[in-house]
Amino acid sequence: MKLLRKPALLLAGAALIAGSGGIGLAKDKKDDSPAVIAARDFDKNPYPSTYHAYPGVPTLITGATVFDGEGGRIENGQVLIADGKIVSVGGAMADMAVPAGTVRIDGTGKFVTPGIIDIHSHLGVYPSPAVEANSDGNEATAPTTPEVWAEHSVWPQDPGFSRAMANGGITTLEILPGSANLMGGRSVVLKNVYSRTVQGMKFPGAPYGLKMACGENPKRVYGSKGRMPSTRMGNFAVDRATWIKAKEYRAKRDAGKLETRDLAMETLAGVLDGTILVQNHCYRADEMAQVLDMAKEMGYHVSAFHHAVEAYKVGDLLKASDTCAAIWSDWWGFKMEAYDAIPENAGLLYKAGACVVIHSDDENGIQRLNQEAAKAQGDARRIGIDIPDAEVIKWLTFNGAKAIGVEKLTGSLMPGKMGDVVLWNGNPLSVYSRPEKVWVDGALMFDAANRKLRPVSDFELGQPGEGDVK
Amino acid sequence: MKRALLTGALTGAASLAALLAAPALAQNVAITHAKLVIGDGSAPIENGTVVVQGGKVVAAGASVPVPAGIKTIDAGGKWVTPGLVVAVTDLGLVDVGAVEESNDSDGDKSPFSAALDISAAINPNDLPIEVSRAGGVTRAAVAPIGTNSIFGGQGAIIDLGADPDAVTVPRAFQYVELGETGARRAGGSRAATYALLFNALSEAKELTLAPAGPRRDDVLLTRRDALALGPVVTGKQPLYVHVERASDIRMVLGLKREFPLLNLVIVGAAEGWMVAPQLAKSGVPVLATPLTDLPNSFEQLGSTQSNVGRMKAAGVKVSLGDFGDQPRYAPQYAGNLVALTKLPGASGLTWGQAFAAISSGPAEALGMGDRFGSLRPGRAGDVVIWDGDPLEVSSGVLKVYIDGIEQPLSNHQTRLRDRYATPAEGALPKAYQW
Repeated sequence: MKLLRKPALLLAGAALIAGSGGIGLAKDKKDDSPAVIAARDFDKNPYPSTYHAYPGVPTLITGATVFDGEGGRIENGQVLIADGKIVSVGGAMADMAVPAGTVRIDGTGKFVTPGIIDIHSHLGVYPSPAVEANSDGNEATAPTTPEVWAEHSVWPQDPGFSRAMANGGITTLEILPGSANLMGGRSVVLKNVYSRTVQGMKFPGAPYGLKMACGENPKRVYGSKGRMPSTRMGNFAVDRATWIKAKEYRAKRDAGKLETRDLAMETLAGVLDGTILVQNHCYRADEMAQVLDMAKEMGYHVSAFHHAVEAYKVGDLLKASDTCAAIWSDWWGFKMEAYDAIPENAGLLYKAGACVVIHSDDENGIQRLNQEAAKAQGDARRIGIDIPDAEVIKWLTFNGAKAIGVEKLTGSLMPGKMGDVVLWNGNPLSVYSRPEKVWVDGALMFDAANRKLRPVSDFELGQPGEGDVK
Repeated sequence: MKRALLTGALTGAASLAALLAAPALAQNVAITHAKLVIGDGSAPIENGTVVVQGGKVVAAGASVPVPAGIKTIDAGGKWVTPGLVVAVTDLGLVDVGAVEESNDSDGDKSPFSAALDISAAINPNDLPIEVSRAGGVTRAAVAPIGTNSIFGGQGAIIDLGADPDAVTVPRAFQYVELGETGARRAGGSRAATYALLFNALSEAKELTLAPAGPRRDDVLLTRRDALALGPVVTGKQPLYVHVERASDIRMVLGLKREFPLLNLVIVGAAEGWMVAPQLAKSGVPVLATPLTDLPNSFEQLGSTQSNVGRMKAAGVKVSLGDFGDQPRYAPQYAGNLVALTKLPGASGLTWGQAFAAISSGPAEALGMGDRFGSLRPGRAGDVVIWDGDPLEVSSGVLKVYIDGIEQPLSNHQTRLRDRYATPAEGALPKAYQW
């Protein structure tokens, strides 16, 4: 079952992309000059990332406990970062070609992890302050809005980005539209580095996601407006009808017969192509099982179920479909479809061999994803499922990177990957530990010991707390 | 507590299991070889002992003799603490937050406000109480939250024991919303809030002075609401005031000029650090929302994780409360305040202070410091045994005693956990596995 088609990683900015099957409008197959390709495929990436790595110095951390993000643990380890990349990771005796001028950091008693990744955030689309004027996360005017893009709502001055870095070590995050709609729109993956523009935060090379939602929210929102869907069966009917339309659109596109652009269908066709990853809000086990069948029926893959409080009931199905469960550790009971949430969800999924991702969906939770993972680890241990720390760290790093399609670029400390690294002042799975330094693409972007190396958003300048730096 | 066995017998279908699981009467018990936390702010005691007799703590400390013949539990070095006290929750009011008919925390269509007595709505069997109990929470203050007025009504103090007698103190305090929420309810401005508040307290005062007499013809409050505010004006019933902004806190402290007997407790206080000296001088207890560090509203622009630590350092009687989500997260919040002490430039709490902020601190703010919240002699036998440092996120609860009675810790969640320990269905569907 290989419905999964990992997207060809999009290049930042420039021309896109051979093989991704550009739209068939006035396509001239003979001229493949970059300018022509760019013109032809302008719709594939019209708001390109302008993010660039900030300057860093070659840095060697020594003597630390290193969690590599892929389940590896090295005691008394060394991590070398240079030119924005992970250069090498090894034990105390590892032979590293350390460049001249390398800054050495004594990590004795400290811990190193890859930058933490949150694949379910609404920072920027539901920013602080949470006033109506800033509330831009749900285009709740139609049950399917695959035409909207979260990046067009993201306010890059959300103070939440700074707290996520300083307290949570977050270096990469996926911003999703809300869950009012069955198809809420495109997500955007960001580097957690402030910029004047959203484009300046966009993760270069990250694929888009499509936010979908099943269950209570869409049927409540539209049922209360007296329109479809007002039931779970209505949810599925609207989804299926929309996918059928998307398949027809895609067939027409592939035949070069499109006469006009349709933003909604472009997104859905991208999902069917496998270049846009489905991120599906879904709580109940029975609904996840039905969504997996719908995905088969329509020919797409669900990259991750988000919230998935009942995933522990169907870990085998999730494993078989290579679908991650992006979950809280122990949120529970706040709505009917969260009634069967249990704190052992992650542990039971791990035991079933399914992919676990710890997510936040919350501007406070994103500051403590490491603690949420530790809670889940403790709850697993108490039912006899012992999960090594290094595997738990994978829930916050590599697994999240995989679910949003950037695992070849970040999410672990493999040489050549982006230099996204956190130095913690203790074991990150302890409540008493906090990030001490955070690097993004090899640049030191947070330093607990240096007040000036802490971002303060425009909004907070001149305010009483000024970004919690005073 | 006394009717525990009876409850078990009455629970119908699962009566045998419930009966077996139902708590016994208060036991006399000594827990020895404990890493013992008194809960009064002091550091943990190695190799400590706590003795509970007649439902109360009679002794706790390092060299406490174990009375002859008493049941003894060897903690084997594990952590033993007082039960957690969580102030300002909706425990007992809600089955499922978003299922309106199961949620009694909001009475915004009621013709009454201050008169509402939340103790009438508390369900000792609700699942959030069971789950919180399993997380080590033994006592809580339950506040009414939403009415169409600034007054939320009268809150209650409860215990989380598995028995029908949840309410320890009904009508324990009056709850009032000032700040942004209060302004919205009062007519759209803080000016309206204070006019409403002063008028309400004045009407209550008039009624208190002449309970049988005729009322003015321009009163705004129903007689019931005004009567309910009588004990507030005379200081017999504490007034819990939810405010966040520094200027609102100053206004609240100034209320005593007009109504000198007010017995105030401040809830929230995101910008408390900005008025810490005034708060300290007033002696008014603060139940602070821990870790609020984002300017989530314009009344919280000064939010900082160091808020609690700074207030504590300034001498404010501050403890934790009103953190909006589940009470069992209290230790995680407290642990984070300890973490801040290692961060350059941040203010936090020592371990002992942090634990006190979720045990004796809130108990004292509730006026119940002599009844529960610590393991000092004479306090209720509310004891929790943990499998690790209670403030550490990976730790869990092994045993819970309330009033000396060992409590059941199973609930809907633990039953689901056990059913799905092996998710595949066996010879019969999962529904037959119980």
